[in-house]
Amino acid sequence: MPTGEETLEGAICQRQVEIKNADGLHMRPAMQFVDIANGFDCDITVSNSQNCVDGKSIMQMSMLAATCGTKLTIKAEGPDAREAVDALQELVEAKMFDEPPPGD
Amino acid sequence: MLDLRISTMEIKKGIAVSPGISIGRSLIMDSEDYRIPRRSINPSQRMIEIQRARNAFKSAISELTKIQSAQDSIEQRKIKDIFAVHLRFLHDRSLRKKITDFIHSDSVTAEYAVSTTLREIASHFRKVRDPYISERAADIYDIERRLLRQLLGRKREDVAHLTEEVVIVAHELSPTQTAGFNKEFVKGLATDAGGRTSHTAIVARSLGIPAVVALEDLTETISGGDTVIIDGNRGIVIVNPDKEAIRQYEEYSVEFVELEHKLDEIREKPAQTRDNVRITLLGNIEFTDEAELVLQKGGDGIGLYRTEFLYLNRPTEPTEQEHYQAYSQVVSAFKDRPVIIRTMDLGADKYTQSKRFAPEPNPFLGLRSIRFCLQNLTMFKTQLRAILRASVLGDVKIMFPLITNIQELMQTKMILRDVMEDLDEESIQYNREVKLGIMIETPSAALTGATLARDVDFFSIGTNDLTQYTLAVDRGNELVSTLYSSVDPAVLRLMRTVIQDAHKAQIELSVCGEMASEPEYVMLLLGMGVRVFSLAPPMIPEIKQIIRSVKIEDCNSVARKVLTMNSERQISSYLRNATRKILPEAF
Repeated sequence: MPTGEETLEGAICQRQVEIKNADGLHMRPAMQFVDIANGFDCDITVSNSQNCVDGKSIMQMSMLAATCGTKLTIKAEGPDAREAVDALQELVEAKMFDEPPPGD
Repeated sequence: MLDLRISTMEIKKGIAVSPGISIGRSLIMDSEDYRIPRRSINPSQRMIEIQRARNAFKSAISELTKIQSAQDSIEQRKIKDIFAVHLRFLHDRSLRKKITDFIHSDSVTAEYAVSTTLREIASHFRKVRDPYISERAADIYDIERRLLRQLLGRKREDVAHLTEEVVIVAHELSPTQTAGFNKEFVKGLATDAGGRTSHTAIVARSLGIPAVVALEDLTETISGGDTVIIDGNRGIVIVNPDKEAIRQYEEYSVEFVELEHKLDEIREKPAQTRDNVRITLLGNIEFTDEAELVLQKGGDGIGLYRTEFLYLNRPTEPTEQEHYQAYSQVVSAFKDRPVIIRTMDLGADKYTQSKRFAPEPNPFLGLRSIRFCLQNLTMFKTQLRAILRASVLGDVKIMFPLITNIQELMQTKMILRDVMEDLDEESIQYNREVKLGIMIETPSAALTGATLARDVDFFSIGTNDLTQYTLAVDRGNELVSTLYSSVDPAVLRLMRTVIQDAHKAQIELSVCGEMASEPEYVMLLLGMGVRVFSLAPPMIPEIKQIIRSVKIEDCNSVARKVLTMNSERQISSYLRNATRKILPEAF
């Protein structure tokens, strides 16, 4: 089950995800992330313990420099917020950016 | 490329390494680590810069899309991924906004905003502890370069496919970069770095196009597409010349060509004064292919064959065979005419400094030239062997640079004898009577000329170093360069001493510094008793024409007059007037 989920008025959706692939959120994963994010109308922000960035900007996403094991909070705001968060969570945790987990 | 900025004329001084005048649009070739200086703009121009930045993104995207679609095999997937990431960055609105906001808030150029912003991002990546992520900084630099290429001029690949005439501006040109030049369209070269032996100089001379090097920060003052005048005669580059400057240079360029033609006519005539004193005009060369130019210009031989080029731009020392080939080619071309080969004169530069753990604190007073050779005997002997072997092919003479005292000369001669003995043992032929000479280029050598003259066959006065060491002035240092003058009374008195000592000892004497190629110093040198000039080949006809227009007795009175003068300024203006009277078109 997703953790940290919180829905307000159906327009805001927020969820915590964990980076599970070995190499972390480097360039190619960041690219996949923003490609999916840009497919939605809602605004998407991603935050770690220190920064909150635009989930549709590859520059900002890659500057998060999230390594394996990092927990990120994805927050979407807009009509398709829930779908966006679902899709992004699937990419990060289920598909792991089509990359191997640590020790593979 | 349309340049929307208001341009102001800027004049830069460098070293002329290939003669001629060229006026054209600039094409800036990027080096791998381009450094963009902060350049403030007028707030009213901010919108123009913002538009330039946007256009650069647009062009970079279309360039990258084309490259990306060309990579379609599976092996190229990784490359394709990289380009895909770069494309996302170029499409990233927040990145663009960061750059355009920066232009707006700080009133800076698009180049500076792009470079600063992307380098900030890259340095952020570099700080990440995870190596996989920190290495991504390289991608950011790559994106920066791609955008800068759009802003600064066309991309490198285009140099091979030029369709209009350009002058190439670069920090420094590498052989890879120049290999792609389309000769038809490249009309001039100008670089920040470099010297007389730099790759740029070689290429320019072989293409016969004007070039100026050592302009220090030219690439920082110029933008791609700016109009540029390259004056390869005087070592001047003018960025964004005004109408008047362009008009003057167009005229000068025509005059220069006419003068060249006119001077070529006197090529076959002897360098003889009106009162029938025969003067010898020799050429200074650095590369084997310049020997041809000396013959074309009517030179009587080679008075200074610089050999430093053999050592530069290569990871290893030249072999004896490489030396020999370079010498034999020139010597054979000159047959019975003299070829004076100067032994390696490196020092106070990258070559010797890079061989040290720490740079010398005062390299011009350090281990350079003959001093370097005397401490690197294997290297020195290799060169001497090759010169001696070439000595049977023609009239070879050996000249040693920067001799400052008699011990150095004796030591050098002893090493030469060692090499001769080695050749004897191996039964290799050489000219036993090969003439030896030294350059007089320090006050110590000039003042002890009478002693040194006993052990050599000739002197050659190197006026550039002699002036630098006498006046304690680095002429490359703009803060003091106005103090540098070869006709300073102190330099002239030393020269007079050297000339007198050479005459007394009945040895040959020549002047091989730049002074010998200055039209206004010809009468003075003749009057001081100089009968052999060695100069840059393109200047030979002009100097010959002056020689053919004067009488020695007039020169003698000019020299007498000058040697009584106490100020450099007085001497300079007197000589300028004296020369103008006999050869008005030279000025």
